[in-house]
Amino acid sequence: MTDASYQTAPLPGAPSDASGALLAADGTPLKQRLRQAMKVSRRRAFLLVAPLLVFILASFVVPIVALLLYQGAYNDTYEARMPASTALLQQWDGVSEPTEEMAAAMVADLAAARESKEIGKVASRVNQELSGTRSLMTKTARRAAKMEPPYLAALIDRDKDWADIETWGAMKLASTSLTPAFYANAIDMKYMPDGSFEDQEEQRQIYVSLFVRTLLVSGGVMIACIFLGFPVAYLIAHLPARKANLLIILVLLPFWTSLLVRTTAWIAMLQSQGVLNDMLVFLGVTSDDSRFSLIYNMTGTVVAMTHILLPFMILPIYSVMKAIPPSHVRAAKSLGATDWTAFWRVYFPATIPGIGAGGLLVFILAIGYYITPALVGGSDGQLISNAIAYHMQRSLNYSLAAALGGILLLGVLVLYWLYDRIVGIDNMKLG
Amino acid sequence: MAEAEGSNDFVVFDQVQKSYDGETLVVKNLNLAIGKGEFLTMLGPSGSGKTTCLMMLAGFETATHGEIRLDGNSINNIPPHKRGIGMVFQNYALFPHMTVGENLAFPLQVRKMSKAVTKEKVAKALDMVQMGEFGDRRPTQLSGGQQQRLALARALVFEPELVLMDEPLGALDKQLREHMQYEIKHIHEQLGVTVVYVTHDQSEALTMSDRIAVFDDGIIQQLAPPAVLYEKPDNAFVASFIGENNKLRGRINGVSDGVASVTIGEGANVQALAVNCGESGETMLSIRPERVILAADAPNRLDGKVMELIYLGDHIRCRMSVAGDDAFIVKVPNSSDHAALNVGETCPVGWVTEDCRALDAA
Amino acid sequence: MTRAILLAAASGIALTGAVYADAHSGKSITVVSWGGAYTKSQVEAYHKPWIEQTGNKIVSEDYNGGLAEIKAQVEAGNVTWDIVDVELSDAVRACDEGLAEELDMSALPDGADGTPAAEDFIAGTLDVPCAVPTIVWSTIFAYDKEKMEDGPTTMADFFDTEKFPGKRGLRKSPKANLEMALIADGVAADEVYDVLGTDEGVDRAFAKLDSIKDDVVWWEAGAQPPQLLADGEVAMTTAYNGRIFNAVAAEDKPFEIVWDGQIWDLDLWIIPKGAPNKEAAMDFLKFSTGTQALADQASWISYGPTRKSSSPLVGSYDGKPDLKMGPQMPTAPDNFKNALQNDFEFWADNQDELNERFNAWLAS
Repeated sequence: MTDASYQTAPLPGAPSDASGALLAADGTPLKQRLRQAMKVSRRRAFLLVAPLLVFILASFVVPIVALLLYQGAYNDTYEARMPASTALLQQWDGVSEPTEEMAAAMVADLAAARESKEIGKVASRVNQELSGTRSLMTKTARRAAKMEPPYLAALIDRDKDWADIETWGAMKLASTSLTPAFYANAIDMKYMPDGSFEDQEEQRQIYVSLFVRTLLVSGGVMIACIFLGFPVAYLIAHLPARKANLLIILVLLPFWTSLLVRTTAWIAMLQSQGVLNDMLVFLGVTSDDSRFSLIYNMTGTVVAMTHILLPFMILPIYSVMKAIPPSHVRAAKSLGATDWTAFWRVYFPATIPGIGAGGLLVFILAIGYYITPALVGGSDGQLISNAIAYHMQRSLNYSLAAALGGILLLGVLVLYWLYDRIVGIDNMKLG
Repeated sequence: MAEAEGSNDFVVFDQVQKSYDGETLVVKNLNLAIGKGEFLTMLGPSGSGKTTCLMMLAGFETATHGEIRLDGNSINNIPPHKRGIGMVFQNYALFPHMTVGENLAFPLQVRKMSKAVTKEKVAKALDMVQMGEFGDRRPTQLSGGQQQRLALARALVFEPELVLMDEPLGALDKQLREHMQYEIKHIHEQLGVTVVYVTHDQSEALTMSDRIAVFDDGIIQQLAPPAVLYEKPDNAFVASFIGENNKLRGRINGVSDGVASVTIGEGANVQALAVNCGESGETMLSIRPERVILAADAPNRLDGKVMELIYLGDHIRCRMSVAGDDAFIVKVPNSSDHAALNVGETCPVGWVTEDCRALDAA
Repeated sequence: MTRAILLAAASGIALTGAVYADAHSGKSITVVSWGGAYTKSQVEAYHKPWIEQTGNKIVSEDYNGGLAEIKAQVEAGNVTWDIVDVELSDAVRACDEGLAEELDMSALPDGADGTPAAEDFIAGTLDVPCAVPTIVWSTIFAYDKEKMEDGPTTMADFFDTEKFPGKRGLRKSPKANLEMALIADGVAADEVYDVLGTDEGVDRAFAKLDSIKDDVVWWEAGAQPPQLLADGEVAMTTAYNGRIFNAVAAEDKPFEIVWDGQIWDLDLWIIPKGAPNKEAAMDFLKFSTGTQALADQASWISYGPTRKSSSPLVGSYDGKPDLKMGPQMPTAPDNFKNALQNDFEFWADNQDELNERFNAWLAS
C-alpha cells in the first residue's frame, strides 16, 4: 500500500502561529496568503466569463423573468388609460349593482380614451375577459363625450349590456393590473370578479389538454429517437474513421436543408397519394380506395418530428460511445459474459449519459416545436407552442402567451429537476 | 515452476499467421508452446505483433492461418467468453458503473454461481490483493495501484487456468510498477496459474518471467529464460533490445572451433564467439558494458580513449572511443582499489572471448 | 476588338451610375404584402407604373398577415414599414389601437369617370378612417372537375359527404368555417351573424362542422388548398378564390369554383403610425387605389377592384386574351348571388372565445 501513505500532516519544520495555523514565509497566515493568491485567479476567471454573463443576463435572464414571467401576471393596459374607473372598480365588490359614480367615471374615461385614440387597446383588453365587450366599448366610447347624467341610464340606453353585472365584472378584472387571470386562463381556469377561481367552460377547455399532449408527443418522439438513433450511433461508433465520417455527414445532411423543406418532404412521402401509399397499393398491402392516413394526424407529427430531431439523439450517443474503451466489452467477454450480457450489463450502462443528454435535448426541442406540427399535425397534432404562437401573432394577447410560456418553462424545469434526481445531471455527456 | 520443455504443451500456437489487410502479415508463422503454470512474457517494441498474439489467444482476433490450442483442444472457433481465460487489460477496463465488489462478482454472476459462493469468492479475492475494505467504492475512487490490483483480482476471481496480461503496469509510476511486479509474481507463484504477459519493458520481463519470447517484425527472435536471453542473445536485435550493449562492426577473417577472428576499426584483430554470423563477411560484435575489462593484460586488447565519465554511485559509466566507435560504454565498479580514470586519457580495453558475441550485421 | 469591349464596359458603368443616381433622386418606400401571386399582381399594377411616374423606389416585403409586426414596430418606436396590405378586421383593430395613421379620404382621386372617391368605392368600404380598400377577395370552395363529373353546386353539397364522398379541405381557423356551416345548414346569408351571435347558433355551426370532422384535411397557408386538390388529397376544399384562379389560369388545373355561400372580405392599405416616408407612402396609396391601377391589378389575379369605376376597365388575364377577368371576380353578379361579407366586428369581439372553442373541438 505504498500509495496510501502520502503525508498530509503539517511538516514538522513549518512555522505556525499561536493558534496552530500555518504561516507563510513572510509571517502571514498561510490560509490568508492562499486566499489572496486564489482571489487573483478568481477575478481573472470572472473577467473571462463576464462578457458572456452580461450577454446572457441581458438577452436571456432579464427577458424571461421581467418580460415573460412578469407579463403573464401584470397587464396595466386598462389601469393606465382608465384611471378614474379603475379606482372605483377596485373598491366595488363585484356582485352589487354598479353605482352612478362608477358609471360617471366610466363615461369620462371612455371619452378620454377615445380622444387619445387608445380605446381599441382598452377594449381588446376587456374583451379578453368577456367576449363581446370590445364592440360594446368602442361603440359606447364614440358617444361618451356627448353623454349626460344620469350616466348609468345613458350607458344602458346606448347598449343594454351595460345593465349586466357581468360586463362590469369584466371591467373590474381588466382593471386589476397584477392579476392571476392569465395564468388561470392558461390552465383552463377562470379568475372571477369576486376573487375566486372557477373551471373554464368545458367547450373552451383546451390548454391543459394541449400541455398534456405536448408532453406525450415529446416523450413519444424522444423514445422513438432513442430506439432509432441508438443502433445508428452504435454502427457509426464502431466503423473505421473514414466510413464513420461519411455516415456522420449523412446524419448531419438534413441540417443543411431548411426545416420547412424537410417537413414538406414528409408530406410528399406520407400523404394518401404519396410515395409510401403508392408503394403499398402497388405491393397489394392496401387497396386504392383504402389508403392509410399517415399524415395530417398524430402519426404524421411523430414521424416528421422524429426524423427532424434524430440527429440530436445520434450525436450525443455517438460521442459517448466513441469514448467507451473497447476493452470494457472485451473484459466482460473474457470474464465469461455472452455478447448480449456484455452489451447489456457493461456497454449499455456506459451509454446512458449519452442517451440522457440526447433524450433531454430532443425532449426540450420537441416541447417547443410548432412549425412541423402546424404543417403535418392536422386536427389532433396541435401542440402548446402553436397556441403560444397564435396569441403572440394573431390575437395579440401577449399576457396569455407569456403565461402559457411561463408554465411551459416551469414544466421543463420540473422535468429537468426530475431528470437530475433520477439520472443525475453530472451523468449527462454531450461529448 | 514448470519449465516448458515441449512436453508440457498447455498453450500451443501452431503455424499461426495474422493479417489485417490481406497484404502484410502482422504475425508471421508463429510457433510457440507454453507449459502449464509457466509465466511467459511476450516482449517487443510496439507493432511487433505481441499484442496481436495475445488477442488471438483471448479470442478477440481470429488467426488468419494456423491453429491455437488450449490444453490440447483447438480454440480457433470458440468465442472469448467460453475460453475461460482471465485477462488484465492495459487500462484495467474496470466497469465504472459498478462498485469494486460488483466488478469482482461480475464473472461469477455470469457463471450463475449462487449468491453465497459469489460473496465468499469476492471477499477472498479482495483479501488476496489486500483491498478488503474497498468493496463498496467505485473504481474511479481508487488510486492507480488499487485499480491495478482490482483488475488483477477480477481476472483471477473465477479461477481460470490461464491469465493474460496486456501491459498491465504501463500506467503506473516507476516505484509502484516495481512493487506491483513482485506482487504479480507472488500471486502467480501462490496460485500456480499459467500467465502470458505482454510488455515492451525489458526490465519488467526480466524480473517476472520464466521465459521470454522476444518479438520483432511479426516473428519470435528468441525464446529463452531471462538469464539466457541476457547472456546469450541469438541475434543483433535481441542483443540490443535486452539490456545495454556495445556494438562494434567488423569483418570476419575466419572461424574455427566456434571462435571467429574479426577485424575491427583500423586493422585491430580480435576474437569473439561465433553465434550468428557466417564464415566471412560483415558482422556485429556484441559485448555487455559490464564485461569489458580495463587492464593492460586483458585478452583482445585495444586502446580506448575516455570521452565522458558519469558517476552513478555503485558504478561509474564511462564512455570511450574504441576502434572508431565513440559510443563504447564501460561500466566500472566503484571500488576503491581501481585506478581512477580521467577524461582524455587513453587506457587499455579488452574482454574475454566468451563474453563477446559475433552476430548478424543487421 | 479590345477597345470596343472597353468602350462598352465604360458606357455600361456610366449607365449604371446614371440609373443609380436616378433611383436615389427619389424616395424609397417599403411596401408590405402577402407574397406569391398576389404581390406579383401588385408589383405589375401598382409598383412598376408608380416607380416609372415618380422616380421613387420600392422595397417589397412579404409577411403573413396579422398585426404582430406592426404592433411591435410602433410600440418600439422603430417603424420600418411605410404601407401595409391588411385584412379588414386588422385594419379596424390597427385603427382602434392607434397603430395606423388616420388618412385624409378627401385626398383620394376621383374615379376615371369623374365620380368622387367617396361614391366610387363600394358602399361601406371607406368606413375605416385609417385604411383604403384595394380588393375584394373571397373564401370559396372548389373541386377538381376531372375527378367529379356532376360536381357540387351549393354550400350544402360541401357538407354532404354521402352525395359527394371524399375528403374536405378547411382552413384551421373558426373564421369562415362557422359561417359556411350555418349557410349549409340553411341559414340565409344575411342572417348568419345574427344566428352566430347566440350560443345556440354557435352550437349549431359546430354541430354541422362535426358532421364532416372525420373527413377534414386542415390547411393553414393559402398556397395549400390548390396543392391538396392537385395531389388528390381532398375532393373539395375551401380556398381563397385568387389562388384557385391562379392554378386554373397559370397552371391549367381543371379546378372549378363554387361561388354559392362565398364569404367575401376586403384587403386594405394602412400606413403604420410613424412610418418613415409617410408622404411618399400616401402618394403611392393614392396612385394604387386609382381607377386604372385597381383595374390593372385585376388582370393579374381574380380579386375584384373596390372602385365601381374600375369594373368596366377590367380586361383579360395577362397573356390570355380569351380569359376575361370580369366573370372571375367575387363581385361578378353571377357569383355574388348568395354572398356574405365577413363581419369584422363580430370576429373582433368573439375570436378569442371562438378560437379556444374551435381548438378544443379540434382536439376532442
